[in-house]
Amino acid sequence: MKKSSKNSLQKFSFFPGCSLKASGHENTDSIYKFCKLINVELVELDDWNCCGSSSAHSVDREVAKNLPMRNISLAPKGMPLMVACPSCMIRLQQTYLHIKQSEKLRKEYEENWGTFDENLKIVHFFEIFEQINLEDSVENPKEKLNKIKVAPYYGCMLYTPPDMRFGKSYYGLMEKSLKSLGAQIIEYGYSTQCCGTYLSVAKPRIAQNVVNRVISKAMEAGAECIVTACSMCHLNLEIRCTIKDSIPVLHFSELLSMALGEKDHKKWFPRHIVDPIPLLKKRGLL
Amino acid sequence: MIKLGHGHDKLSREIKKLSGINFNACLHCKCCTNACPFLEGMDYHPNQVIRLVQLGLEKKVLESSTIWVCVGCNTCCSHCPMAIDIPAVMDSLRQMALEQGVKIAEPDILNFHKEVLKTVEKYGRTHKLEIMMRYKLKKMDLLSDMGVGLKMLKKRKLDLTPSKIKEKASLEKIFKK
Ligand code: SF4
Ligand code: SF4
Repeated sequence: MKKSSKNSLQKFSFFPGCSLKASGHENTDSIYKFCKLINVELVELDDWNCCGSSSAHSVDREVAKNLPMRNISLAPKGMPLMVACPSCMIRLQQTYLHIKQSEKLRKEYEENWGTFDENLKIVHFFEIFEQINLEDSVENPKEKLNKIKVAPYYGCMLYTPPDMRFGKSYYGLMEKSLKSLGAQIIEYGYSTQCCGTYLSVAKPRIAQNVVNRVISKAMEAGAECIVTACSMCHLNLEIRCTIKDSIPVLHFSELLSMALGEKDHKKWFPRHIVDPIPLLKKRGLL
Repeated sequence: MIKLGHGHDKLSREIKKLSGINFNACLHCKCCTNACPFLEGMDYHPNQVIRLVQLGLEKKVLESSTIWVCVGCNTCCSHCPMAIDIPAVMDSLRQMALEQGVKIAEPDILNFHKEVLKTVEKYGRTHKLEIMMRYKLKKMDLLSDMGVGLKMLKKRKLDLTPSKIKEKASLEKIFKK
């Protein structure tokens, strides 16, 4: 799709997923706010269910297949389905791909969930940046984030199963957009190391080690904050970090909406474990 | 030296069928292992798991901790020159381990997955607080890691009530046994 200079209204149906809906409220809220500011309308997918996450995949392959199928069947026709959680996105996209590729699976789908929509597009939140010009959404974009030193963190979101490897890669997207709003990007080599997901509960020591590695490397490289694109990563980086005087972890959507002038952050920041307010004040962003 | 018994490729054929993955293309270059962030919790490295399957060492691989510690982050297969879907192989190995009722090397991880699915079966969505409470109760260990739990509650990262779907009937369809 061609980028338009003035962003014309775009509509997506929106799949938040359990992580955003049930614990990352500040992430969901800031995504909605940001989208509104850039003229993107999100309509929550009616009655969506859990994508199955790693647990269904681990112990029940039937359930792992059925959960995404129901979500696909709920998606309204003629509107792309936007997913904010990277791991839900893989589950939904991969199931969709498998139905497309297998007649048997397609038959099973249609028996249980109705006609299969051949043309459904399932996209990640990042897809928006392919279609809008961030710089056009705000005056003096370069001054917005006032050189705050951010370490972008993707976790495992840039990695996909081999049968999806020819899909889109969003490598560098956070760097590019935050830079265009005036942030300084810190390179630290650990931006794509997985956060440990559920090992945070079942093997807290392992999660703690990987989380501390990510954050300490970012700090050594001079980062003032970490910016995440996944609610689950965000939670793990916050709760499993044991580094003294650690740096704040912000959602990508929070920084974006702040840069575009949203003032609702007073509701978001009290939910953070390391308070980002002193840093944002120091940088003149509050 | 490993002496291969007659029919040692039975396991490898079964896992290939279950997962649909041709892991015999593996070069044992260890790119997967070098990329995996969770080796410290694993008894065998990801490429060694593939080797165990190829050698037909069924008990060793089904009782390994690796198949449970692997979180399916796709880091390994994104680095694999042969594009082998290692997490899909792990999925199949876990499934086989459960079906055969072998000794599970990481009962806590299995327990966690079961609790997650229980809340999904009940509400259609996960409910973190309930998962954590039941997981801890079953482990008979309410106190360790309390600090983190309290921090999460204080920062309102654990919703007290579950978010539920309306159309309950479809859950029966999804979880049909
Ligand atoms: S990276 Fe691929 S080819 Fe290399 S050892 Fe691992 S599975 Fe085998
Ligand atoms: S998918 Fe599993 S084996 Fe592969 S890198 Fe991630 S944890 Fe390691």
